[in-house]
Amino acid sequence: MSSRPGRSGLSSYAGRRIATGSGTICFVLVFNFMLFRLLPGDPISLYTRGRNMDRSQLRALRHELNLPLGTQFLHYVRNPFSSTIDSIQFSRPVWSVIGDSVWPTLVLLSTSTVLSAVIGIAIGIKGGWKRGSTFDRVSTGITLTLYAMPEFWLGMVLLILFSTGLGFFPGIFPSGGTITPGLDPWSLDGVLDQAWHLALPAATLTLAYLAEYSLVMRSSLVDELSQDYLTTARAKGLMDRFVRRRHAVPNALLPTITLVFLNIGFVVSGAITVETVFSWPGLGLLSYQAIRGPDIPLLQAIFLLFSLSVVVFNVLADVVVATVDPRVRT
Amino acid sequence: MSNPTQTPGKVTAGRRTAALGRFWAQFRRQRAGLVGLGVLAAFVVLALAAPLLFDSDQLKVTAATGTPLTGPSAHYWLGTDESGRSVLALVVWGARVSLLVGLSATVISVAIGTLVGIASGHFRGVAGALLERVTDWFLVIPFLPLAIALASVLGSSLLNVVIVIGVTSWPGTARLVRAQTLSVEARPYLERARVLGGGHWHQMSRHVLPNVMPLVLANTTLTVAIAILSETTLSFLGLGDPFRVSWGTMLDSAFSNGAISSGAWWYLMPPGLAVVVVVLAFTLVGRALENVLDPQGR
Amino acid sequence: MAVLTLEDVSVTYRTAEGPVPAVRGVTIQVDAGTSLGVAGESGSGKSTLAATVLRLTPASAKVTGRVLLDDEDVLAMSFGRLRAVRWATAAIVFQGALHSLNPLQRVGRQIAEPVSLHDCTVSRGDLDARVHRLLGQVGLPGRLASSYPHELSGGQKQRVMIAMALACSPRLIIADEPTTALDVMVQAQVLDLLTGLVAELGLGLVVISHDLSVLASTCDRLAVMYAGRVVEEGPSGDVLDRARHPYTRALSAAFPTIGDPSARFAPRGLPGDPPWPGDLPPGCPFHLRCAEAVAACRQDDVRLRVAAPDHLAACVHVGRPSVATEAGAP
Repeated sequence: MSSRPGRSGLSSYAGRRIATGSGTICFVLVFNFMLFRLLPGDPISLYTRGRNMDRSQLRALRHELNLPLGTQFLHYVRNPFSSTIDSIQFSRPVWSVIGDSVWPTLVLLSTSTVLSAVIGIAIGIKGGWKRGSTFDRVSTGITLTLYAMPEFWLGMVLLILFSTGLGFFPGIFPSGGTITPGLDPWSLDGVLDQAWHLALPAATLTLAYLAEYSLVMRSSLVDELSQDYLTTARAKGLMDRFVRRRHAVPNALLPTITLVFLNIGFVVSGAITVETVFSWPGLGLLSYQAIRGPDIPLLQAIFLLFSLSVVVFNVLADVVVATVDPRVRT
Repeated sequence: MSNPTQTPGKVTAGRRTAALGRFWAQFRRQRAGLVGLGVLAAFVVLALAAPLLFDSDQLKVTAATGTPLTGPSAHYWLGTDESGRSVLALVVWGARVSLLVGLSATVISVAIGTLVGIASGHFRGVAGALLERVTDWFLVIPFLPLAIALASVLGSSLLNVVIVIGVTSWPGTARLVRAQTLSVEARPYLERARVLGGGHWHQMSRHVLPNVMPLVLANTTLTVAIAILSETTLSFLGLGDPFRVSWGTMLDSAFSNGAISSGAWWYLMPPGLAVVVVVLAFTLVGRALENVLDPQGR
Repeated sequence: MAVLTLEDVSVTYRTAEGPVPAVRGVTIQVDAGTSLGVAGESGSGKSTLAATVLRLTPASAKVTGRVLLDDEDVLAMSFGRLRAVRWATAAIVFQGALHSLNPLQRVGRQIAEPVSLHDCTVSRGDLDARVHRLLGQVGLPGRLASSYPHELSGGQKQRVMIAMALACSPRLIIADEPTTALDVMVQAQVLDLLTGLVAELGLGLVVISHDLSVLASTCDRLAVMYAGRVVEEGPSGDVLDRARHPYTRALSAAFPTIGDPSARFAPRGLPGDPPWPGDLPPGCPFHLRCAEAVAACRQDDVRLRVAAPDHLAACVHVGRPSVATEAGAP
């Protein structure tokens, strides 16, 4: 086929979205800065909250907080990821603490997001295409119930059933952590062991999130069903299955894709509580410990990280949709 | 044809009652919605009747008489918690806090959201654009980290939890209301109102608001559902009011006191199931409302 | 040589309020190289009739009678045979200005789809060439094949729909409201295109429209539908200029004759609305709006009668009942 006019439209659209995204990032930085400084109470006590800091740290902190706000903001912005702020609990630079916890969270979240999106979308398609069928009614009922569940409660229930064991439910899964201590994480045994540890937390998040994907996919497919181009496709002699796959689903998938990406914010929230329940040593558990501290510098840094990732994923969502939907690029 | 006893007020009131009657007739046909409504009514009655069913002394740790963490028995239908209190009493009393927080946080969230939504849709120019930007920015910030940040700084109390949830969930409503406001404002009778001299306040309150309300209503039920889930999550993380019993704090206690490893399912299941049932009920009612208000074939 | 024959076709929809007869006992015939116009207001059943030719009516519709495409009954075909016949024997030109094209696919691909469907041996290069040739036939430049539907104007989209309909060289084309939502100049171009194709390719053409002026200029024969029945049928000149059914007379009178001053003052238009198919009045369905109704019209239903050789009308004031309909079904 001849040259494709859509390409340049895509890169200019992506450029525009990144520019808007940067604006949002600026807002996030300002907001993050203000949040912890403008709230009621003596800022020193907020940062120290009854812990003993050594004199030099206290002096440096007081000096910093006494500078005019503008100067403080400049210091902050110059390097929001500076390694000079120490976590109160760990007495290590905040970002080094966070760095150690990123990998387990990434493993858990990516596994669950992929699984929940694939399964949820499949269920939504099947239910939406045959509205009112038994499958549709049963799956809608189950997904609505899953949607109503606090994900950490689901985790606790799965733990009590499959880790502790209850009645005829086998208690075969571990109760927490990523790996049995002593095993080499890269050995075959180690990898299998890690998978075994990953099973329940990943199952929890997958079940919790597939509900929303399934419901949205179903409703957007149902919306597509009344469109005229599907009649055209059928009139051409296309089998029902291909009408669904080639025409209805790609169009119906657009709002769902957007949702998968936009949902990262909630996936993040789910990670916090689920990691706590399963003692999964990721960012979520770290947040929980920071709350219990309370460890304000750590909380501030985690908040910044989460907000920034959400912004990035929002921009990605728009760009992905623009790649698939030519109407958006103009 | 003017009837002296028919004042404009009476005519409008008559029409409104008729519209309400039609609405109820249609809603009645949504079976799932009716079931949800019934369940909610049951829970509200239960919450209100809590002091009659279980003496508030039963909540006091010091007055607890049961053996800690024992399963269901004739005396304690849902067993006991780690202090020996009746789990059933805790669940029933916990309903009050969970429902109260859910509803009041929603009131705040919907009030702010509707106000901002209408304003950002109605006012063109800088004001409207600014409000829209702010709404979008707040939408981007992930809920739980923000709630945690606010709650840990404000401190753990019932009021603070309500404030935190209200303040973090208004953007969703605002965006919906803004879209609806824009579509309402495009209608001809709004233009007429403007030409006839209707000021901003008049237009927004007399014309936009009544047209936006039905959508807000459907959205509100779903917002309550999310608010209850949020309260449960915040309480579970220890950010709730430590002096009140809610379903979330029960789950926090269950978790912290090893209910999982000791297999104390009677402590774990009831509060969670209560949350699921109530949230599901709100969701069903919300979906039924959406079906009635926007019947474009589901 | 009849390409399409409808024998006593009826379509009844099953609804929550009871059965709704959209089409009631229609018998028409279209020969190769000729065109038939089907006129009627909305609710007259004309679009439903078009859908029956390729069995595209929804599952809730019950279709009786015989629909013969090249002497094969579409209603009795197996699914496999039906899919092979769709588009290859008869094709439908839907209203392209609306959403009859898949917004996510390039136009060329959509035109090529039925070709590769009905003949999977066609090579990619041949497909491209075929698409370019089809676009040329409808007067569009070949480069439009790589455009998306939203990039085209209403007239261009309608021509794409026609090109698509020609893709598998069908023997019959049904054009459902081909000119609605197009401006007058473009309407004329599209109609000229259709008549040209009929002459050039020897196709059978059925044009469905509520706009009599469109049909008058394009079609050899005219059938007027009212309340699910054909109420008048014959060569288009006869039907328009010497209309025998009061409804047809009202319809053609509703169109002003440009250039004739007295026509501006002649009474026009028809009061009332067409009857709701689920709630038909007793007797002749038109009698409530008819200026010439008599007592018999309120009681006895009227079938097509011979008004002149090859000119039928279903009115009690017209000649004798035609032999075919007298012996026919109720």
